[in-house]
Amino acid sequence: MIQAILVFNNHGKPRLVRFYQRFPEEIQQQIVRETFHLVLKRDDNICNFLEGGSLIGGSDYKLIYRHYATLYFVFCVDSSESELGILDLIQVFVETLDKCFENVCELDLIFHMDKVHYILQEVVMGGMVLETNMNEIVAQIEAQNRLEKSEGQVLG
Amino acid sequence: MALKMVKGSIDRMFDKNLQDLVRGIRNHKEDEAKYISQCIDEIKQELKQDNIAVKANAVCKLTYLQMLGYDISWAAFNIIEVMSASKFTFKRIGYLAASQSFHEGTDVIMLTTNQIRKDLSSPSQYDTGVALTGLSCFVTPDLARDLANDIMTLMSHTKPYIRKKAVLIMYKVFLKYPESLRPAFPRLKEKLEDPDPGVQSAAVNVICELARRNPKNYLSLAPLFFKLMTSSTNNWVLIKIIKLFGALTPLEPRLGKKLIEPLTNLIHSTSAMSLLYECVNTVIAVLISLSSGMPNHSASIQLCVQKLRILIEDSDQNLKYLGLLAMSKILKTHPKSVQSHKDLILQCLDDKDESIRLRALDLLYGMVSKKNLMEIVKKLMTHVDKAEGTTYRDELLTKIIDICSQSNYQYITNFEWYISILVELTRLEGTRHGHLIAAQMLDVAIRVKAIRKFAVSQMSALLDSAHLLASSTQRNGICEVLYAAAWICGEFSEHLQEPHHTLEAMLRPRVTTLPGHIQAVYVQNVVKLYASILQQKEQAGEAEGAQAVTQLMVDRLPQFVQSADLEVQERASCILQLVKHIQKLQAKDVPVAEEVSALFAGELNPVAPKAQKKVPVPEGLDLDAWINEPLSDSESEDERPRAVFHEEEQRRPKHRPSEADEEELARRREARKQEQANNPFYIKSSPSPQKRYQDTPGVEHIPVVQIDLSVPLKVPGLPMSDQYVKLEEERRHRQKLEKDKRRKKRKEKEKKGKRRHSSLPTESDEDIAPAQQVDIVTEEMPENALPSDEDDKDPNDPYRALDIDLDKPLADSEKLPIQKHRNTETSKSPEKDVPMVEKKSKKPKKKEKKHKQKERDKEKKKEKEKKKSPKPKKKQHRKEKEERTKGKKKSKKQPPGSEEAAGEPVQNGAPEEEQLPPESSYSLLAENSYVKMTCDIRGSLQEDSQVTVAIVLENRSSSILKGMELSVLDSLNARMARPQGSSVHDGVPVPFQLPPGVSNEAQYVFTIQSIVMAQKLKGTLSFIAKNDEGATHEKLDFRLHFSCSSYLITTPCYSDAFAKLLESGDLSMSSIKVDGIRMSFQNLLAKICFHHHFSVVERVDSCASMYSRSIQGHHVCLLVKKGENSVSVDGKCSDSTLLSNLLEEMKATLAKC
Repeated sequence: MIQAILVFNNHGKPRLVRFYQRFPEEIQQQIVRETFHLVLKRDDNICNFLEGGSLIGGSDYKLIYRHYATLYFVFCVDSSESELGILDLIQVFVETLDKCFENVCELDLIFHMDKVHYILQEVVMGGMVLETNMNEIVAQIEAQNRLEKSEGQVLG
Repeated sequence: MALKMVKGSIDRMFDKNLQDLVRGIRNHKEDEAKYISQCIDEIKQELKQDNIAVKANAVCKLTYLQMLGYDISWAAFNIIEVMSASKFTFKRIGYLAASQSFHEGTDVIMLTTNQIRKDLSSPSQYDTGVALTGLSCFVTPDLARDLANDIMTLMSHTKPYIRKKAVLIMYKVFLKYPESLRPAFPRLKEKLEDPDPGVQSAAVNVICELARRNPKNYLSLAPLFFKLMTSSTNNWVLIKIIKLFGALTPLEPRLGKKLIEPLTNLIHSTSAMSLLYECVNTVIAVLISLSSGMPNHSASIQLCVQKLRILIEDSDQNLKYLGLLAMSKILKTHPKSVQSHKDLILQCLDDKDESIRLRALDLLYGMVSKKNLMEIVKKLMTHVDKAEGTTYRDELLTKIIDICSQSNYQYITNFEWYISILVELTRLEGTRHGHLIAAQMLDVAIRVKAIRKFAVSQMSALLDSAHLLASSTQRNGICEVLYAAAWICGEFSEHLQEPHHTLEAMLRPRVTTLPGHIQAVYVQNVVKLYASILQQKEQAGEAEGAQAVTQLMVDRLPQFVQSADLEVQERASCILQLVKHIQKLQAKDVPVAEEVSALFAGELNPVAPKAQKKVPVPEGLDLDAWINEPLSDSESEDERPRAVFHEEEQRRPKHRPSEADEEELARRREARKQEQANNPFYIKSSPSPQKRYQDTPGVEHIPVVQIDLSVPLKVPGLPMSDQYVKLEEERRHRQKLEKDKRRKKRKEKEKKGKRRHSSLPTESDEDIAPAQQVDIVTEEMPENALPSDEDDKDPNDPYRALDIDLDKPLADSEKLPIQKHRNTETSKSPEKDVPMVEKKSKKPKKKEKKHKQKERDKEKKKEKEKKKSPKPKKKQHRKEKEERTKGKKKSKKQPPGSEEAAGEPVQNGAPEEEQLPPESSYSLLAENSYVKMTCDIRGSLQEDSQVTVAIVLENRSSSILKGMELSVLDSLNARMARPQGSSVHDGVPVPFQLPPGVSNEAQYVFTIQSIVMAQKLKGTLSFIAKNDEGATHEKLDFRLHFSCSSYLITTPCYSDAFAKLLESGDLSMSSIKVDGIRMSFQNLLAKICFHHHFSVVERVDSCASMYSRSIQGHHVCLLVKKGENSVSVDGKCSDSTLLSNLLEEMKATLAKC
């Protein structure tokens, strides 16, 4: 299971916060902050796994993250997920964002948080991996965008 | 209308959208909070408008603010409004907001049930999809129960997009509503073979999650997964399946054997590192589960280790990390194959990545052997010196201690070396683990007797340098070490070289800057030292020297008396008085050393941490029973203190240190031993010899250990552990040489001499003899200690509820509830079931009918049972009949009443829950080869102090039983109603005979004075057993148990009357809590109703109020609440004793659930 998916920038500003387990808002912020500090300390050339410990859940959970330019993508997962598999999944997610936003950059995430969520919803659902095939994900997103557009026209 | 629309959209143009909000926040960096609160006000205005588009926009902004940490739960209702919008665009916004902010505590969430149901059955797949996605984040037990059936239908939707989402969400539904697992499982299993790979992957995902928590229930799916594994090409699915097999193999070794081949094939063929890694992992799991019976499994291990080595050597840090992680798994079972890669792992200790270093440390733990321990620790010590961060250094420290102390110091060949390592570690500044080092020092010194002399010399050196420690490191925990040092020097003071010097060191003024608990130990051990010095001096005849020591004590102890720490102060003043007294005696030239050292005679042995817990409670001892009934307040306050004073005064004169002669001492010792023998709380230790010092003051029984003198005992100054490494090498070398010599001799003798041995220069572990033959004293355990530890499983584990047998055929009662209004389970107002959505109403109705049919059948059965039980009553004895016609009437009424009550909550609760196995209210009274007695005790409202005991007698022999008589020993409180004229000692005849195999029931009335306590009556059944060979007179003893529950009568109560009763305020209150309950709440209530004669007044979710009345008219009200895995019962009753006894009984019942 995936416990949480966090995206924040190099200064720790949250860009996407998705918990699959209930935490009150202030705790969520605290977790984001702590995670940021944990990840920030790490060089880019060291391993992408971090034993989360007290953060979420306990010893069964790991933080798996990737750093792209100005953004950190952090997944908190338990032992039922394959570490390398999740790394691949982060890659899939980011590539999907890239396709949907056409050369994604931090600004896209800042101004279109809702859209990022909709994309994520096609990849991970309720903490479980829904789809790993990028073409399939993109196709579903586009279909929903078309639906939205047609509704917008009616609204006129 | 149209105008309004237009106006709405014009308004919208002036509203901020999400992008404007974000931009605004970015432009107000200085006063962000103020700006946001302004925005929230605007949002609140927008939410008040009718236009759904405006609302949706507002909710979208709220979702953004939620991410920034703002609580948006106040807008929950508006979110639901947006969710119910007809347009996908808005619906999606609503569901996203809900999935981010709703949780089980959101009270409006129950309003969403019908909206979600509507969306789930929407013709648009994206409406359905968005509802499923949202629901997966905020599903509650109620939603899960109400929607389980709808979601199950969606699992067979025509669109794979919906199917895969429905399959995935089922896992969440199972978690919240475990009852749905069995009915839904067959379909879930079908989905494993769905044509769409996405759906298949989702099904694998869900089953893997389920199986991970409760693997044994999914073993039967192994063949199916095996097929999938060999056919699937999707790496993601393969990884999941392979992980699942890893969880299954420990339960089924045969599976493991089958797996090895395809897995090794995959390892060889795959190019995906993730898959390779998981394969290796599962192969490891398989190998762990197989005991060494596999012939070719060393090849598999070699393959794994070899692949892992490639991973570890890879430049990708991730692979390195995972390689180490997997390596540690192999280590547990096949340490040898990992040990050969020690070089690689030691290399990883130098890695710049802390995660990798920590993993490598973990590995080291398992890699040590007698041979390499010193070397590895030496390497770690250099790392300790180099480490920059304290956390990593502390981690190293704990690892060193872990490594050395593992499995009872198994790998330590030289304890002197270990002590010096510990002493070296005390030089670490700023470590948090001073207490850990101290604990090790104490443990080693106490348990390794041979090392004491050395340890004491080291510790005295530590104490001597204490000023160093105290000044610089008081703030951090390293001074804890002094605690151990002081204790060891005191306790084993006979080994001290210069006790006087150490004594002075311990009495230095600087010591008072140490933390209180350490000072306290100092004070205590100063006396021990003092005692041993006195003894030495007196033996040597140096009276002056002895007096000088006493003077030193008298001079220095006051500094401790002034301590602010109570413990230190108390000990110090106590000891100061003692020493002053000794001083007086010394002045008179009385020898005192004997007596002073008698204070510390005997040896302290380590006690296992769990020893206290494991002392078995002796038979017949009830720890919960009052020894004396608690006194009322007024009495105790007056009398107690006086009594204490009185005793104190009497004792005073005795307190003088009596010149106790040997005899007196021996007598006392004997008395104490006697007392200990009779004292159930004293931990006896007859099997272990160490505690017998009382009768054998000598040391013969202490296993004295020969110390290898090749190691110099005294190392000047603080030792350097490195020396030991060298010494050890030399020693081993010598040993080896000797061995080789012997071997050569042997070889020469054996003329063939073609054995394979010692072709390699490496020596195996067994070859290394320890420097000291160390006897490690095991920790003491009480006699009859229970061997098993109940491994405390977490009772709050949410996954336990999913431990459900899936292979059993599905019972009708388990069908998923089908849409309908929820009943609030009140005895007053049952709602009608109205199917909500027209389209679907057909199917449910049918099922409902079936269900009702079932209910009816059940009732019929029940009635049959009822008919059976009263039958025997007809044959009652006439005399008795006359006596208690009244009693009989009510008792005739009563049993059906109580049975109804037991059935009642099941009927007015959710009927789809699984039924309890039919239970009988008759409990076993006594049985032997002739007859079995069961009984039921029933109260009646008409006679306030009478209960009827119905006893069923069953003839199990081949003889006819006749002349049966029941005699019961009355107590003050309970009397049996006997036929007129018969005395208390006469038996009461049983009004029937029993042919073989027949059973019948007799009823007796008992009069009870006070019903607030349970009680037991002893009785005997005597009878004549007659068969062809003749007749014998037989007896059977029994014990009638009148529980408090048996004085209760099921009385229905309406919620308004119940509320009034509670409000009246003259009820006393008490409560209990029972953990570890897995039974459904429904059944739990049924149990309470059945066993304790309660009726349900009202039930809301997992909370119910219950009522009952005693035969003497006490009201008993309960509030039963079910938590995750526990049940709490709050009771109110007009009699507090009755209530507490009742709750105790209830606790016992619940504990069995």
